[in-house]
Amino acid sequence: MVKLNAKIPAGPLAEKWTNYKAHQNLVNPANKRKLDIIVIGTGLAGASAAASFGELGFNVKVFCIHDSPRRAHSIAAQGGINAAKNYPNDGDSIYRLFYDTIKGGDYRAREANVYRLAEVSNNIIDQCVAQGVPFAREYGGLLDNRSFGGAQVSRTFYARGQTGQQLLLGAYSALSKEVGSGSVKLYTRRDMMDVVIIDGRARGVIMRNLITGAIERYAAHAVVLATGGYGNVFFLSTNAMASNGSAIWKAYRKGAFFGNPSFTQIHPTCIPVHGDYQSKLTLMSESLRNDGRIWVPKSLDDAEKIRKGQLKPTQLPEEARDYYLERRYPAFGNLVPRDVASRAAKERCDAGYGVGSTGLAVYLDFADAIKRLGKHVIEARYGNLFQMYEKITDENPYETPMMIYPAVHYTMGGIWVDYELQTTVPGLFAAGEANFSDHGANRLGASALMQGLSDGYFVLPYTMQNYLADQIGVPRFKTEAAEFEQAEKETRDRISKLLSINGNNTVDSYHRKLGLIMWDYVGMARNKEGLEKAIGMIRELRVDFWKNVKVPGTNEQVNPELEKALRVADFLELGELMARDALIREESCGGHFREEYQTPEGEALRDDKSFNFVAAWEFTGQESEPVLHKEPLQYEFVEVKQRNYK
Amino acid sequence: MGKALHYSSITKKIIMSLAGLFLTSFLVVHLLINLLILFDDSRELFNQAAHFMVTNPLIQTFQWVLFAGFIVHIILGVVLQIQNWMARPVKYEKKGASEQSYFSKFMIHTGAIVFIFLIIHFANFFVKAKFGHIEPITYASGTYEDLGLLVVELFSDGGYVAFYVIALLLLGFHLDHGFQSAFQSLGLNHSRYIPWIKRAGTAFSALITLGFIAIPLVIYFS
Amino acid sequence: MDLTLKIWRQASAGATGKFVNYPVSGISEDASFLEMLDVLNESLVMKGEEPVAFDHDCREGICGACSLYINGRPHGPDKGITTCQMHMRNFKDGETIVIEPWRAKPFPVIKDLMVDRSAFDEIIQAGGFISVRTGGVPDANAIPIPKRHADLAMDAAACIGCGACVAACKNASAMLFVAAKVSQFALLPQGKLEASERVRNMVTKMDELGFGNCTNTYACEAECPKEISVSHIARMNREYLVAKVTAPKE
Repeated sequence: MVKLNAKIPAGPLAEKWTNYKAHQNLVNPANKRKLDIIVIGTGLAGASAAASFGELGFNVKVFCIHDSPRRAHSIAAQGGINAAKNYPNDGDSIYRLFYDTIKGGDYRAREANVYRLAEVSNNIIDQCVAQGVPFAREYGGLLDNRSFGGAQVSRTFYARGQTGQQLLLGAYSALSKEVGSGSVKLYTRRDMMDVVIIDGRARGVIMRNLITGAIERYAAHAVVLATGGYGNVFFLSTNAMASNGSAIWKAYRKGAFFGNPSFTQIHPTCIPVHGDYQSKLTLMSESLRNDGRIWVPKSLDDAEKIRKGQLKPTQLPEEARDYYLERRYPAFGNLVPRDVASRAAKERCDAGYGVGSTGLAVYLDFADAIKRLGKHVIEARYGNLFQMYEKITDENPYETPMMIYPAVHYTMGGIWVDYELQTTVPGLFAAGEANFSDHGANRLGASALMQGLSDGYFVLPYTMQNYLADQIGVPRFKTEAAEFEQAEKETRDRISKLLSINGNNTVDSYHRKLGLIMWDYVGMARNKEGLEKAIGMIRELRVDFWKNVKVPGTNEQVNPELEKALRVADFLELGELMARDALIREESCGGHFREEYQTPEGEALRDDKSFNFVAAWEFTGQESEPVLHKEPLQYEFVEVKQRNYK
Repeated sequence: MGKALHYSSITKKIIMSLAGLFLTSFLVVHLLINLLILFDDSRELFNQAAHFMVTNPLIQTFQWVLFAGFIVHIILGVVLQIQNWMARPVKYEKKGASEQSYFSKFMIHTGAIVFIFLIIHFANFFVKAKFGHIEPITYASGTYEDLGLLVVELFSDGGYVAFYVIALLLLGFHLDHGFQSAFQSLGLNHSRYIPWIKRAGTAFSALITLGFIAIPLVIYFS
Repeated sequence: MDLTLKIWRQASAGATGKFVNYPVSGISEDASFLEMLDVLNESLVMKGEEPVAFDHDCREGICGACSLYINGRPHGPDKGITTCQMHMRNFKDGETIVIEPWRAKPFPVIKDLMVDRSAFDEIIQAGGFISVRTGGVPDANAIPIPKRHADLAMDAAACIGCGACVAACKNASAMLFVAAKVSQFALLPQGKLEASERVRNMVTKMDELGFGNCTNTYACEAECPKEISVSHIARMNREYLVAKVTAPKE
């Protein structure tokens, strides 16, 4: 049995990272030139890592699925990025950011990783400002902050409602600088098909060229996966259409353990589903909860009338409204963490108080804020979000409250990595949302951007050297090796199989069905019976997929249907692992809510005695059951207690 | 010409706009002299001014600078246009309709017609004045070539007047876009002043056009 | 809604393309334009025909992938949005909608409605960055920046690199795209240090790639989904002029 080793450095919490850096192995400049690194993905983590490796002098090959690195889905993050700068003088510190993150994650994250994240958060802001990221500023010319859920301080830096875009463009510009100077070679419109492992180490990848269909081999001394999350397993999510779990799923099948696959974040403020042709869900930034108040009608009767269109929300008097978050959580109010806010919305809608034609929506009301601050202030803060909302729903949120409902947004789970962000396969690293590391069972708002950039700019450039230090004698790899041959053959076989089925159902129809199963049974609330049922249903669907899917065209062309089919085939396996992971975790924590385990008030009830561990799953073969390994979580520096936002 | 091709797009635009702005000064002087013909039936003022223009050594030297301005403006205009056509080898099925400055679409066309007009105009007046024979006329102030008579004679031909008016209208459109466009190319765009620059450009183009057009119309109809 | 779609079909980069008409019916007014195309594609797949290829990803107007020239306008008839944000309520029942790819020499068609926009990446690689390395930078608040400049820089930085400016321009000029980046950095103290090299390198690359020249037509501004102002082009012209005039002799 493999023993999981998180390789957490010794010493007091605040000195671990400093100690690590002081004692790690380095690679001298002459040797860096001889070492090759492959980076898959050009989001915040991938672009920043590739740029930083290039600056250090390594030979870097970076791959992206899009026509340009700038399109990675990090670009869609709206609200902001956290850092412990304490510029507003409201009592923030590295420790407090660390503590809020651990608590927000419901005590299911590694202390050392989270502390490091909080520690480098300040460097990230410095770095981005130096790159020309136009963060919001105050009239005095200094940086502005706003508040996000799960924190009592204002520590979120932002660039209007487009923070992710600006940070990604910063990382993209750094990457472009390296591409221009030749230290990084950029490959666009490539999909990762497999990881190649030679003598137990990751030594290359198999890519599919999305224009020509060519199956290409690339070798390197180390491989970094920065391919984002797998929220699209739910079909409808806030993820982009191309966001997928295939790269990490291939890594899992090649021996990298999968950490906490069931930990999914359901974001509370999304535009509700409105039709079955719908292809994705649109997020409304959490920052809206700074000024918007969430409510549903107090009486079932009013809710019914609103659903039927007989009553308008603006007609309902103040005393007939239930501001349920403010009622239940007076201390944090509308700014409770995402899992809490999402569950509370579901609870009200399930109880029959939901609004909108489907009854699956709650109000996010800005009337008070507009009265207090004036329309122009609200417009300056959220103008682009309001405009986006109006374009989609054809309703003016300045006049009538927004309707929102929770939607799948982020996956805290991912490839298991140690403190160095290395997976259980030596030489294979995972960064950003693709790994499981820092957010425990629930991620706080504005922390994903922080983690992506932390991994890419400030962690991997160090830990990668520590790994490569003993690889300097290893010559460049040739892609003729038998392992490459074998991986390419497996890829080609899989593609041929998909193209030859020629069944009666489109790829999307399977994806939609899988999404519904996942949402109903592995979504916001889970129970044993449902999860067992889901596992059976997913298996059946998978069998049906391989018999009846229709993928038109050939491999040797631009073939979006084939691309989707390859991804959905992986989702059909990943979905099952998620359900399995949710099934064994017989407790509720963060975004993982098992109906059997809740407090009398309906809050998540953890079982720290039995489940204070990271679930790391090992692939053992297509037909055999995966094996669960447990990495126990030790809390040396914080006291583990019931989360309280009241 | 060869060198012009190697200037960067922005350099070409900057030279283009400077040449264009420079050429407007010629239009102003030319118009002022032309207008003299309307205020003096004896054509003495006009002929006197014309005489000054063709005999003053400073003006005669400056004339070559003016020609150079024209040539630069025209050559660069043609080069830019050819490059612009080459930048979209496959055209759209459905024509775009999103231009904000409408006349900008037709700069090459209005420019080309104005250029043809210029050649004819040149043959009619400049060549005749320089190389042909023009009857002199004697006033109290002296004897001058009666260029004014040439003008009056030409403008009594309806066809010529129509051509003149059309060409000048097109010049007006050319100027309307060109004036504000020159400021933009030179980097002079400021939220506070650009609306005024645009208005000034339109007013200037209208004044120049109406001023020039008024002369043949008045002469023809009187 | 029932509609006729007149779509450019082209099998690959080298192939000759043509327009093909596709009727679609029962489209909801609340569907987005791309969801309407999804419906068409699903039916094409079931009929055994090739689905229409088009670039798209985030479907919330920020990634810049979608790039359809609809009825003579990049991103269609609505203002200030991308194709994915346009909803079918902007069209009339029974309408014929002409859908074309971006047309420009530096944006060759890859397939159907997909074009290759790597020319934009090349321009950024030529100088669209501030040359700082990871780490070793001053504190974020060390250099105050006037709010007005930061806001203006953000206006320019909002560019999503979709190429609508090039598609809309009668000259297929990339001036608004390049100017947005040049202007963003020129407005910030961090970007001023290499402003001269940046503007010269980026403009040289832009010209080299075969984009047309700016004739100040301002179609780019009218069609930009992020409504980036042409005043940034003026700022670039200014930057360029100063850079050229003050650059040392080579």
